Amino acid sequence: MSVAESAVTRRIVERASSGERTKELLFRASLLLCLFITMLFLGVLLIDVALDGVPLLTPEFITNFPSRLDAGRSGIRPALIGTLYLGVLCAAFIVPMGVAAAVYLEEYADSERWYNRMIEVNIQNLASVPSVVYGILGLAFIVRGPIDIWGLGQGSPTLLAGALTLGLLVLPVVIIVSREAIRAVPPSIREGSLALGATQWQTIWKQVLPGSVAGIATGVILALSRAIGETAPLILVGATAFRLTDPTIDGPFSALPIAIFNAAGEPRAEFQILAAGAIVVLLVVLLLMNSVAIYLRNRYEQKW
Amino acid sequence: MADGHDWGSGPGPVSLTRVRTRRSTGEQAIKVVLAGAAVLSVLTTTGIVFTLLNESTKFFGDVPVADFFFGTDWAPLAGGESQSFGVVPLLWSTLYLTFIALIVAVPLGLGVGIYLAEYASPRVRKTLKPIVEVLAGVPTIVFGFFALTFFTPLLQDIGLNVRVFNGLSGGIILGILVLPTIASVSEDAMSAVPQSLREGAFGLGAAKWQVVVRVVFPAALSGIVAALVLGASRAIGETVVILVASGNNPNLTFDLDVAHQNMAAFIANVARADVSAGSTAYATIFAVGTTLFVLTFALNLVAIRVVRKYRQVYE
Repeated sequence: MSVAESAVTRRIVERASSGERTKELLFRASLLLCLFITMLFLGVLLIDVALDGVPLLTPEFITNFPSRLDAGRSGIRPALIGTLYLGVLCAAFIVPMGVAAAVYLEEYADSERWYNRMIEVNIQNLASVPSVVYGILGLAFIVRGPIDIWGLGQGSPTLLAGALTLGLLVLPVVIIVSREAIRAVPPSIREGSLALGATQWQTIWKQVLPGSVAGIATGVILALSRAIGETAPLILVGATAFRLTDPTIDGPFSALPIAIFNAAGEPRAEFQILAAGAIVVLLVVLLLMNSVAIYLRNRYEQKW
Repeated sequence: MADGHDWGSGPGPVSLTRVRTRRSTGEQAIKVVLAGAAVLSVLTTTGIVFTLLNESTKFFGDVPVADFFFGTDWAPLAGGESQSFGVVPLLWSTLYLTFIALIVAVPLGLGVGIYLAEYASPRVRKTLKPIVEVLAGVPTIVFGFFALTFFTPLLQDIGLNVRVFNGLSGGIILGILVLPTIASVSEDAMSAVPQSLREGAFGLGAAKWQVVVRVVFPAALSGIVAALVLGASRAIGETVVILVASGNNPNLTFDLDVAHQNMAAFIANVARADVSAGSTAYATIFAVGTTLFVLTFALNLVAIRVVRKYRQVYE
């Protein structure tokens, strides 16, 4: 190869690579732009809500009942209590049901059988059903329908009906996450236990579940935070914002998303802004729950 | 016996039939209880399908099927003569809002997904991923409030002629809402592509962006398509953002300055309005609910099928 030739080749290579470099930079810049826009939306959303909402956070805002007349004295007491009740009842429903279903599918079910496969596909599908459709189910089946359990509602909305509807809504999430946590327990643990003479249930109860409790707890809390933030199903089952008494399990109720929704629809600005205060409270509740999840994950996570 | 052993006889005959002990009965009972919990999910689906079909049948007893699916005049809550049940405008607004949302969410979501999977250093990724998850965990009502009280006024300030309740603000914020779904599912898909494919491409002299666009992206295509379908299905079924930000009636128009309503928001709106149970207007909830359910169900089946059919299996 002559000297001249090699110089030409080098120039071609360099020119190509500088073109490549520009493209590389452009590509990287557009990715960063996407990231920037996403973060900008999140930042602006949180800052906007905080600027509006935080000044509203007085003890009275938390402990007062809502008012239609005086925005300054209107509070979110029944909504906050309603949301806490909903969370507790929902947890009492989804923890046993979700974990039991997950244990069955991971430890007992023969996935070759058509009925077990059907259950799996069904759970996947349920996870993508819009929440408003669960609301329809809650309205027609739980509030007015055949499983108005213990006849509590007599066709009128109750907190228990709301909690069950939210529970059904997030149950697929609990099952899917719990299954992953159970699957992460290595087979050798089970084999060791079985070899020592434990029955299958003893193995599950004493080895598999303790080994997967961190993952399951994380899943449950994630599911609960989704349940607590849902608005549409609660609108359908008849939660209402203006409650002037504390909620009871078998009576009408409010919840934070409903209070936010109601305030947001207010034409009067001083009432509309109350939504921001309720949002901040809701976000604080969610943040607390997620911190607990992270703590549990770090504290109890098993390394095999 | 083929191996020469006669298991049934011998010095001390051993019975190999299972003996039912108290212990084994207990074990069996536990299995049945656990299976019962798993069957609850099937009952939920059955409940949904039964409710929707049962009430929809009543609805279609009053309203001819063709009038519902092909009618372009939608006024189910109106009184007397002007009441009309043509679902086309509602269907149009639903799909149009979803389309607007995807225009926002697909490029941004894939951009974030690609950045997280291919470009971010482990440390950056460890900070950014939880932030994207925070965005995914913000309740949808918060997005609705934000769209109505911040984003719509912003659009008006920059000179757009949008009404207080409009499709543009709702659609864009709906896009921001589904963005994290698309970002995190597509990121998972790209992270699952084995390193050897990237190294092979680098070895052939490809630049980083070429590796990403021509090797990683196609290899993860099934997961990415699933991400898009999931995002679309979430956007179609979302209620409160549209209910709060986009108003109470659908519009058979391309104009985004005016109100648009999707099917989910319609259902919630009827449920909170004072509509007497048993009326045809009330039964519309179920007919619209069935349409929405079938639509999201079909999308989900597509997603499952795409993943199963086109998934590249790497060891």
